[in-house]
Amino acid sequence: MTSAPLSIPIRAEPRRGFTLREYAICFKGIVWREGLRFLHQRGRFVSALVRPLVWLLIFAAGFRSVLGVSIIPPYQTYILYEEYITPGLVAMIQLFNGMQSSLSMVYDREMGNMRILLVSPLPRWFILVSKLLAGTAVSVIQVYAYLLIAWFWGIEPPLLGYLTVLPALILSGMMLGALGMLLSSMIRQLENFAGVMNFVIFPMFFASSALYPLWRVQETSPVLYVICQLNPFTYAVELIRFALYGEVDWKSVLVTLGCLAAFLAGALLAYDPSKGLIGRRGAA
Amino acid sequence: MTHAYGSRVALDDVSFVVGRGSCTALLGLNGAGKTTLFSLVTRLFAARKGRIRVLGFDVERDSGEALRRLGVVFQARTLDLDLTVAQNLRYHAALHGIASAEASLRAAETLGRMDLAGRSSEKARNLSGGQMRRVEIARALLHHPELLILDEPTVGLDINSRAAILRHIRELVATSGQTVLWATHLLDEIEPADEVIVLHRGRVLAAGRAEAVIKAQGAVDIAGAFAALTKAAPSENAELPA
Repeated sequence: MTSAPLSIPIRAEPRRGFTLREYAICFKGIVWREGLRFLHQRGRFVSALVRPLVWLLIFAAGFRSVLGVSIIPPYQTYILYEEYITPGLVAMIQLFNGMQSSLSMVYDREMGNMRILLVSPLPRWFILVSKLLAGTAVSVIQVYAYLLIAWFWGIEPPLLGYLTVLPALILSGMMLGALGMLLSSMIRQLENFAGVMNFVIFPMFFASSALYPLWRVQETSPVLYVICQLNPFTYAVELIRFALYGEVDWKSVLVTLGCLAAFLAGALLAYDPSKGLIGRRGAA
Repeated sequence: MTHAYGSRVALDDVSFVVGRGSCTALLGLNGAGKTTLFSLVTRLFAARKGRIRVLGFDVERDSGEALRRLGVVFQARTLDLDLTVAQNLRYHAALHGIASAEASLRAAETLGRMDLAGRSSEKARNLSGGQMRRVEIARALLHHPELLILDEPTVGLDINSRAAILRHIRELVATSGQTVLWATHLLDEIEPADEVIVLHRGRVLAAGRAEAVIKAQGAVDIAGAFAALTKAAPSENAELPA
């Protein structure tokens, strides 16, 4: 070893590049790791189901007579309140899952595991998108488990709806996961995560069409109506609602896609070593 | 290269080359900039100024090619404690595009080399500190990197574990021709034939074979040479111009 300026010529080895197979193996590994984490955290799965079920079985049952829902698309007839809030609760599962992934990323960063992910030679964007897809897959499993239980409670969307809702779930799951990923880059410590609950999850859920149709919100509070319309979560809920009944709400598709692109771009930027917040803080 | 956190300069015009097949110790006290340097080499964040090349590949522009040739053992523990040793290694292999069948073969080989054969199905959290460190070294070797870098690998370990880790590192260099760069602040780990880079307050004060550095300082051992070098170094932290 010698002390020398870095300008001395060092012969580079031949560039090997990465094959499609290597990308596929890496993706599979990240999904496998996320799946193992999910299996190890059985409590996470149980709470992911209990949370919306409490809303469905207790809250919705209690409010059935108070909150009437008129015929609005995509519904063809009068529906019970339980049926109305089901898409909102499905989106809630995905919202919590996205935030859970965010929590995991902050935890991994504090514990050092994140470094192993970030020093993978495959492109950073590919690693992060793979992680996002893995988290979305977990949320989709949770949603189908919830829909199965809801079916026994009498929430019976058309059978085909269980299939048509899948692309919507992937899109909304990715959008909410990307939001979680972006937030994870902003949260310095695990303790700050309580703030995410108060300032992200609750406002997003309550100021949306998850619990009440927007025309009702407009009647009572025009300001809240505007907030609900600006809330990306509203569009995730409506995307799922229409898809569950075999229909496409294009406005929701476009807004959800746009938000996914924006959140993902933000997350990729934040995790870029030369531009992101992580490097500036020195806290990878 | 130069790097700063805000106005605090962590590395100031640091420049050195690690020769192939060498065992090079990056010697410095806590806060010298060793971990910052490792974070820059592994592209956890980017240097404010300057370039780093691994086997000729620029870490910024050719990060994939550079990182695939780099094995890293971080100072902080990075094993997933909920996974078994084999699962930790398999995950790492996947992140490098190595299929599970090949990963299993390599894991058996590297774990054997680290005297950890038979521990692969054990949960990482059940291992001792020294064993965890050796698993991390085995994991870092899994993708056959040309350059292995270790950030304070022996910190927090008992005497026997420290000796075992050092023995393994030196064996790697002697028997496999592995290039190693390891950071340490424990001067008693240095042998006269080692290459050393003395890093102090973000600056390289000396570099070369340990015995040559000792001789140049007129000292009797590396501790004396280190004391002489750091005593002469500027005591104030450098500040970036506003």
